[in-house]
Parts: sequence; structure tokens; C-alpha cells
Amino acid sequence: MRIGVVTFPGSLDDRDAMRAIRLAGGEPVALWHGTHDLDGVEAIVLPGGFSYGDYLRCGAIAARSPIMAEVIDAANNGVPVLGICNGFQILVEAQLLPGGLIRNDHGSFIRRNQRLRVESTDSVFTSGFEQGQEITIPLKNGEGGFIADDETLDRLEGEGLVAFRYLDVNPNGSLRDIAGLRNERGNVVGLMPHPEHAVEPGFGPDTSDAMRSGVDGLTFFTSVLQQSVLK
Amino acid sequence: MPTIVVEVMPKAELLDPAGKAVAAALHRLGHSAIGDVRIGKRFELHVSGEVDAELLASVQQLAADMLSNGVIEDVVSVHGSGTGVRSNGVAGETR
Repeated sequence: MRIGVVTFPGSLDDRDAMRAIRLAGGEPVALWHGTHDLDGVEAIVLPGGFSYGDYLRCGAIAARSPIMAEVIDAANNGVPVLGICNGFQILVEAQLLPGGLIRNDHGSFIRRNQRLRVESTDSVFTSGFEQGQEITIPLKNGEGGFIADDETLDRLEGEGLVAFRYLDVNPNGSLRDIAGLRNERGNVVGLMPHPEHAVEPGFGPDTSDAMRSGVDGLTFFTSVLQQSVLK
Repeated sequence: MPTIVVEVMPKAELLDPAGKAVAAALHRLGHSAIGDVRIGKRFELHVSGEVDAELLASVQQLAADMLSNGVIEDVVSVHGSGTGVRSNGVAGETR
């Protein structure tokens, strides 16, 4: 499966995302924000970073860049789209996912290995997890506080669209401990923590087995690769 | 060059950590008369030609679509700078 990773000005984790795709067994394809060309990819990752220097609002300018017209069309046609950190902010600004992301309530940038609970396996990026599975992947953000009005939050909960919830600590003031969402169709997923940084033994979070052996992030990518087998 | 000013504020019900930090610093400096502080954004759009109601209406739309995110922010004012021309229908437009 060919999976595109879009690089915006200020993207940081595009190459990490490509590496994660490769380690999961997929073929990563570099895509450029300034084109209208998805190069025939079957899935898309919007990577982490600080696109356009977080000017205006995080993800706001990237969400209006040329390639996003094609990404939004593809998402609406069922193509898998994963937004990680800044990519999640871009999905929210593009209104592919609801709510907003604001500055962390404590005002500081935070970086930690974050425990999460998988709240929904009904998406192309979470289908390889077990319902309620607890995973640990790195989190690093300054503006990761998820907010939405009560009506939206109740709808997200009621329809099972909360994909991930923070465990142990709420690192950024996200309402109802929401770390990530999926859309109704299950082809669009966005989250603040970084699965692409927990895909290779020796480079992931610590586990009880060994230092830096955590590879919980790999399942995001193997899940979507499994979709092409199922098709 | 004629200028249109757009002012955007974080929604009142949301925590504004930046404003809170400034308020805390002011209190530390002894400015006890100051309560909460909230920090917003001011955009100055330099335009060619006259600032008329039509142009203001289009900027009003732009302010809602791109310059602000309605989930987290409110557009509190759209007005021509120094022209006295103001867009209609903007909440909180009191100056």
C-alpha cells in the first residue's frame, strides 16, 4: 500500500512518519503541500510539526494550502487520513474533525511518554487494537488542549467517536481527557500523541520489558495496511 | 492606504493561559486594581480603494471563515480604520 505523507513548511515529523510506514510494511510517498497532486496514494498522513510557524492558529494556514483541497476530497471519499499532532490541528481546522485545539492549560510545552486508552477500534487506524487496550506513545505539544461545546462532546461520546483518551494525567487540559478522535465513517483519525515515534525497538518509550522497547504506535500503520488486504 | 481592522478574541468561557500569565505578573507587580486579562488578536488589512459596506461585508465573511475559528474564538469587531465605516451585525462593537 502506498501511503502519502504531506510536508508543509514547518513540518517536523514527516520523515518519522515515512519511516513508520516503511517499518510497518507500507510504501511511503512524499507529498508536497504546494501541489494538487496526491500521486495516487491509498492513504494519507498529515504529520506533526509547526506548519507555518503556528501563525494565525495551529494548523489554520496549512488547512488552506493547495493540497488540502485534494486531501479533503479524498477524506470525504473514504480514503484513510491520519493526522498526528499538528496534523490533528490541521484536520480540525479543515473541519474534517470537530472541536478545536488550544494552548495547554498549564501554559507550557509538554513532552512525555503518554499512556492512552483505545476507546474506539472502529477506524482504519485503530482496527488492530483491542477495545480498551492501553498503549504508551510519546506526546509533545504546546497547544494540545482539545475543546468543543458540551453538545458536541456529548455527541462524540454517544457516537463512539472518541478514539483515544489520556490515562494517568491529562497533559494539556483536554476536555473529557480526549486525546484523539475518529470521524463517523472511521477513515479519518486525529490525535495529539505521536504513534510514529513508537515503532521500532530501541527508539520507543520504555516498557516493563526493556528500555525504549515500546512499539505501540506501529499498530496505527499496520491497521491501515490491513485495510488494503481486506479490500 | 485604507485599512480594515479585524479584532478577534478567545471565547469568554475558555481558559486563556496567556492572559492568565499576564494577569498573574501584573498582580505580582502590585497592580491590584486589575482583575482578569484576556489576550486577543488585531488584524490590519490594507486595502486598495475605498472601504465601503460591500468590502466590509466580504471582510466580515473572511474574518469568520479564516481569521477566526468559531469553535474557540469570536470576531468582536470589523471596521474601517479612521473612516467611520463599520460592518453591521458584529457583536461587541462599541467603540
